[in-house]
Amino acid sequence: MVRPAHRRPGQSRKAQYSLFVAYVIAVTGAVAGLLLAVLSVVDPVGFAQLRVASQELAAPVARVTRSVTGSISGIDDNVSAYVKAGTQNRRLRQELADTRRKLVATSSLQEENRQLKALLQLQQIDKAALAHGYLLTSTSTSSKRIALLSIGRKVGVAAGQPVRGADGLIGRVLSAGPSVSQVLLLTDVENIVPVRRARDGLPALSSGRGNGYLDVRTLNIANNPFKPGDILVTSGTGGLYPPNIPVAIVVRRQDDGALARPLADPAKVDAVSVLRPYTPDNIEAAPAPAAAPTP
Amino acid sequence: MNRTGPRLGEPASLWRMRIVPIATVMVASALPLMLPLVASSPVLPPFGLLFFLCWQLLRTEMWPVWIGLPLGLWDDLFSGSPIGTAIGLWTIASIAIHYLSQRIYWRGFFHDWAIAAILIAAVQALSALIVHPHAPGGRVLGLVVPQIVISMLLVPLFLRLTGKFDNFRLKRR
Repeated sequence: MVRPAHRRPGQSRKAQYSLFVAYVIAVTGAVAGLLLAVLSVVDPVGFAQLRVASQELAAPVARVTRSVTGSISGIDDNVSAYVKAGTQNRRLRQELADTRRKLVATSSLQEENRQLKALLQLQQIDKAALAHGYLLTSTSTSSKRIALLSIGRKVGVAAGQPVRGADGLIGRVLSAGPSVSQVLLLTDVENIVPVRRARDGLPALSSGRGNGYLDVRTLNIANNPFKPGDILVTSGTGGLYPPNIPVAIVVRRQDDGALARPLADPAKVDAVSVLRPYTPDNIEAAPAPAAAPTP
Repeated sequence: MNRTGPRLGEPASLWRMRIVPIATVMVASALPLMLPLVASSPVLPPFGLLFFLCWQLLRTEMWPVWIGLPLGLWDDLFSGSPIGTAIGLWTIASIAIHYLSQRIYWRGFFHDWAIAAILIAAVQALSALIVHPHAPGGRVLGLVVPQIVISMLLVPLFLRLTGKFDNFRLKRR
């Protein structure tokens, strides 16, 4: 039983005033805070400096906890894996059989491709990454999906650069501090990525659901062409993300498109690389070194 | 005056009485960003908010009603939601607790639990709606429902923890 509060200030004018002033400060502060929040939704870079400072504070601790405990992430994934073990097992076995068949087909195609490339003496343009780092931690209490990347401005990371792991796209850099930077993950509700189906180049838009899955919508609404198992890669449309980075695999169809699972799980990925944004300058700069060695 | 040991009837250190509650809330707010957890959905309960509400339910008069302004700002820096969300919502929550503590004169454990649960649900839901103003509201709320349920179930534990910290806070030297 909690003791009742003696909030009544009694006859003392001073006590009455101080209580009144406390309420005035609280109400004006709350209103100002909410206005500030609405403003910073509209202009997210506004208070970047304050936030960068707090992240520089949190990052060293995150580095230590990461090295001590390894990665305890993927807890939610593990729990749901237990719950769905049976159906998942059946589905995975089916997928495995399908994949084996495809692998055989692909390996022959790969060999053919290699020979054709050798014939053409085509050089693979190395899209060298700007920098490599690892994901330290994320905002796991908020509905915003932001991860902290272990590298920052010092190695050339800047806002707007795409981030990818070995398996596929992770997201893009939201803001960069001196030694850590924020990455807006692919699964964030606000993160929209232009993609295309790897098989036939069908253009689509992927947007995060905030719970680890993606919504994929085609640009023509007439029919719903997606099938479970379709692989989506970035299309490079609109700049920012370079083309042909694997993004997601379609899990099931929906009324207006499909539900897809990202191919790169940020919880499990070890190292990520920060790429140059796919802007006209970089696209034109890329072929120049490739042209030199061909006689 | 050279004192060697504790003296009879001496109150707890004023410094410790002030710092302990604020420090617990601040550490709890910053903790999720210090764990090596890259979550794909909001999986962790808002520890800072839980401590903030529990301290106010346990000791309503300890803090002035505007304490949500500085503590909310601190939480906003670490939570990832736009700055100002927690400043506004936490202060409104603290006004609500002060109001309710006058309406419900003798609050019991279940009163506290209910108040904390309702306030957590309101704060988390509103903050999610502020963070994603363009997304459909129903989906955004669906995103935070699991987190809200977990937080509601954790309230008794956090009330206990706050009690432990309170004992430490008021311990005689």
